[in-house]
Amino acid sequence: MSSATDPRSATDEALARVFREETGRLVAGLVRFLGDFDLAEELVQEAVLSAIETWPSSGIPANPAAWLTTTARRKAIDRIRRESRYRDKLVLLAGSPAPAPTEPDDRLRLIFTCCHPALAREAQLALTLRAVCGLTTPEIARAFLATEPAMAQRIVRAKRKIVEAGIPYRVPSREELTGRLQEVLAVLYLLFNEGYLASAGPVAHRRDLTTDAEWLAGLLGRLLPEEPEVLGLLALMRLHLARAGTRFDRYGGLVLLRDQDRSRWNRNAIAAAGRLIEQAAAMGRPGPYQVQAAIAALHSEAASWEETDWEEIVALYSLLLAFQPSPVVRLNRAIALRHLAGPAAALAEVEAVAPELDSYHLLHATRAELLRDLGRAEEARPEDEAALKLTQNPAERELLRQRLLD
Amino acid sequence: MKYILLFCGNEERWDTMAEAERNGMYARIGEWWGSHSASGKIFGGEELQPVTTATTVRHNGDSTVVTDGPFIEAKETVGGFALIDVANLDEAIELAKTWPAKGLVEIRPLVVDSSM
Repeated sequence: MSSATDPRSATDEALARVFREETGRLVAGLVRFLGDFDLAEELVQEAVLSAIETWPSSGIPANPAAWLTTTARRKAIDRIRRESRYRDKLVLLAGSPAPAPTEPDDRLRLIFTCCHPALAREAQLALTLRAVCGLTTPEIARAFLATEPAMAQRIVRAKRKIVEAGIPYRVPSREELTGRLQEVLAVLYLLFNEGYLASAGPVAHRRDLTTDAEWLAGLLGRLLPEEPEVLGLLALMRLHLARAGTRFDRYGGLVLLRDQDRSRWNRNAIAAAGRLIEQAAAMGRPGPYQVQAAIAALHSEAASWEETDWEEIVALYSLLLAFQPSPVVRLNRAIALRHLAGPAAALAEVEAVAPELDSYHLLHATRAELLRDLGRAEEARPEDEAALKLTQNPAERELLRQRLLD
Repeated sequence: MKYILLFCGNEERWDTMAEAERNGMYARIGEWWGSHSASGKIFGGEELQPVTTATTVRHNGDSTVVTDGPFIEAKETVGGFALIDVANLDEAIELAKTWPAKGLVEIRPLVVDSSM
């Protein structure tokens, strides 16, 4: 999180807000106008780079959308002089009035194209950030701790595939929508988690992806108001954000949910997220994101760790398991079960998934905790050591080291 | 846009199939092929002889090496192909999803020479 007292980061945030609002719209309009995803996206990216060069000194223009559109058109005219390849398309753009910003919101098509299942997951992430949120390639590279040339190449390849493999620029049909939406939600949740976990590491020059992911989920919720899973994911993200400030102590150490200062949680945000969950539930189509949001809501609404409604949480994890039969979900259910049925019952559940999760640090950390609860401290120690070997996250490592010292 | 659908599968599974089952499969493939040819989506394609009949010619600088077998040894092998002409990748994917023989279907766009 950047602090509000730093004028540089205040400007950065204002710019980010404008780019998020305007670039996706502009790319979407231009793709439709030019019929060429690659070219339209490239022109807008160039306009964004120009804005980054000029706006911090000249100030953000009164009508940033018009500024970006005019700049993208000027870039198009430059291109006509340089390259013959796109001449016909660009002449069209240079000669006619710019696509009006009042036309219907086309960003849904843009999102589905960027998150097309024929693109690799990393490409979906990078492309969505660039085309829909208006991030620049260097910003994306920093966010994913990748080099700039590697990220640029990933984006070029993905855009080339969209054009050459004929990935259509459209919203999927009714029958395909559920499956394709799952793909989009997975991309958004991954972006959010990437940002959420990264906030433990060296944050100085990394863009806070949680804000972009939450904004994207909100946009998707406005564009697809009848889809309860979108609202579920949005509520889930907002519940995490409402508690984000208490996840670390003043020294950057990780504070577990049970030890967090609940008086500092954002109560209004938690209540609003609860209303979103109810709104989604009223549509009568439950799904994994709604269930995860409901679990997060129960944690957020509990007055203390001890007073948490564990029975309901275990029941929700059982439901989640029906939607997503994965060993990680089963491990999480076991952790909740500990408070309902005791450490021995929880450990039996953990052992059942242990072979599949042997390389997952939280399996070992959980096993260690349960063993200590059962008074088997000697057996717990090698488990904490195994967990320490398996995670690179500095805050998690520090917590495990502390446990090994105790 | 024009694409090739490469139908891949496990030949062993095909060989060990009961005859009635195999005949049923061929019938479903025939029906699928017929309807999509009639609609103009399929404009060419063939079934291939088993991979045991494959021969590979490898160019090594100025010389060539001829070997028995496919260029890559894998459980899944190409058993046939269809050339299709559809609006976009989504339509190609929808078509590949209905391929009756299951297995894998690789979709590749064809290079269309605009000067021709």
